[in-house]
Amino acid sequence: MTDIVATNQTILVVGGGISGMTAALEAAECGKDVILLEKNPYLGGRVSQLYKYFPKLCFPTCGMEINFRRIKANRHLKVVTMAEVAEVSGDRGNYSVKVKVSPRYINENCTACGECSKVVETEFDDEFQYGLSKRKGAYLTFNMAYPQRYVIDPRLIGTADADKAKEACKYDAVNLDMQEEEITLNVGAIVWATGWQPFDANKIQPYAYDRNPNVITSVELERMMDPFGPTGGKILRPSDGKEAKDIAFIQCAGSRDQNYLKHCSRICCMATLKQCTYVREKYGDDGKATVYYIDIRAIDRFEDFYRKVKNDSNISFTKSKVANITLDKATGNPILNGVDTEGYHRYSNPHELVVLAIGMQPSVDFQSLGLNVNVNEHGFIEADPESGMFAAGCASDALDVNRAAQSATGCALRAIQVVNQVAAAEA
Amino acid sequence: MSDLNTQMKERYRNNFLREVTANVEEGEWVRMCMQCGVCAGSCPMGPHWEHPPQEIFMMIRANKRDEVLGSSSMWFCTSCYNCIARCPRGLPITHIMHGLAHYGKRLGIAPKEQPTVKFSQKFWDNLYKKGRVNELKLGLALYFMNGIGEGIKTSLKMQKIGLGMWKTKRMTPVEMVGGHGCKDIKGFHAILDKARQIEEAKAAQFSG
Repeated sequence: MTDIVATNQTILVVGGGISGMTAALEAAECGKDVILLEKNPYLGGRVSQLYKYFPKLCFPTCGMEINFRRIKANRHLKVVTMAEVAEVSGDRGNYSVKVKVSPRYINENCTACGECSKVVETEFDDEFQYGLSKRKGAYLTFNMAYPQRYVIDPRLIGTADADKAKEACKYDAVNLDMQEEEITLNVGAIVWATGWQPFDANKIQPYAYDRNPNVITSVELERMMDPFGPTGGKILRPSDGKEAKDIAFIQCAGSRDQNYLKHCSRICCMATLKQCTYVREKYGDDGKATVYYIDIRAIDRFEDFYRKVKNDSNISFTKSKVANITLDKATGNPILNGVDTEGYHRYSNPHELVVLAIGMQPSVDFQSLGLNVNVNEHGFIEADPESGMFAAGCASDALDVNRAAQSATGCALRAIQVVNQVAAAEA
Repeated sequence: MSDLNTQMKERYRNNFLREVTANVEEGEWVRMCMQCGVCAGSCPMGPHWEHPPQEIFMMIRANKRDEVLGSSSMWFCTSCYNCIARCPRGLPITHIMHGLAHYGKRLGIAPKEQPTVKFSQKFWDNLYKKGRVNELKLGLALYFMNGIGEGIKTSLKMQKIGLGMWKTKRMTPVEMVGGHGCKDIKGFHAILDKARQIEEAKAAQFSG
């Protein structure tokens, strides 16, 4: 890691998801020196775990590939994966950042041939698939992973499996003696693009996520739709592996609720409308979707998308926040109970599968990090014109991909202004 | 402004929401309801009452004064607090239900033959007399609430429990004559009468 050169005219971007990549690329393509840190072994973040984007319903892999090409082509941008910020000190224009880099146990020689993975037998829960399937102890997170290099799970180190992986490698890429490194970077501006995590569905006790396997979250459905995902692109009920054709979506699962997340997560309405189209895509006229909602927040140009989905006779909308979910023991069907707002009718509706449109919360607890930033009551970073630290994408608010990219581009500009001021002062 | 305009303005002035805000306990929360329906769906008495809380809140906003205050729905509340625990906006729904029930009763609009209404009146009368609840008299009043025949039947059925309570000194038949009370009963009545005066004056502002 000695090849990382950073000065107070360098911009540090923390987080290599869509926001971080965008901020880093925009700044680097303006000729600024940028270091991009990513906690995972790959770039792309949550977007790489999506099947399709709304509203155009195109595949994120395509946009990702463009970004990876831009990263490879740019000499001002340095990417460090498996890196986490440990400590930040200093001030606008002159920060000192301690970074912990975890060992990958695989060096640059890796050709992603996959021989190490073949010989390793130990398996772990696959985080990328939200635990829906297992992966080997030596693995490539997903086909398009960038950098295109395998990883060895630290839990494998010291076992016979690790030695097997080393023997299987023809390129001398496995290095089991790699250690955790700590590097200190001197930078002028920091962009926090640490993204979001799904709200813990277990906390919403009435929805029985922890008790009923046929209650899943929206992010899990995205993985199921992926042809390379845990179910090979099929929507299967976790309880019995049967195809689910009658699917209910529950909106505001964890959002807009003072017991959970107070804020509106903004993406879930559109995500559900998008996922309604998945049901139709998979099963045609046999696919049925029911959306339980308080109000649909499909803003500005998304209204058209909403109208299109609403006009589909196989997709129905029930204006009601579901009160609780019980289980039909005979069929394993979750039963949704509540009272609708349009007529106050009491219902108990069975569905084959229930998808919780899960809320969005910041993935990092900025308050506990002791950073010198303004954190609002929802845990997001508020803009501060005096600071040299900026929040891009979902570190600043619950945002969809489009708005996250806008926010990231704005952050790149703010960070460039900071390092330009530093340069001007030193000239 | 034309007459029609003034009329419409009056119609939408929504006196009842303002009345509830001013006079009903926790009534100021009613405007916070976002009509999600979790309270209605979580209520164990749900299938049995006419209007779930969510509907009551909408009826208040729609100015349906007599329908709300004359409804038996609020009287079904068992204070299980499910609705308060689950309301995404933190409305104290149980308290609002009790507040509405109480307000309807005070104005004489509450249904007369509803068992909870009747029992509540008996409880109040019992308490008012001595400043302490006389459990023996209150229990018997409850048995005889729906007529002498039913009263005798229930009393005989409960005989054993009554004797048991007497033996273990949980209750004494002496309470039938007089019974215990608070020390300054005059002062106690003065407090309650003054409170009633204040509340009635507040209610009167909306009666016209």
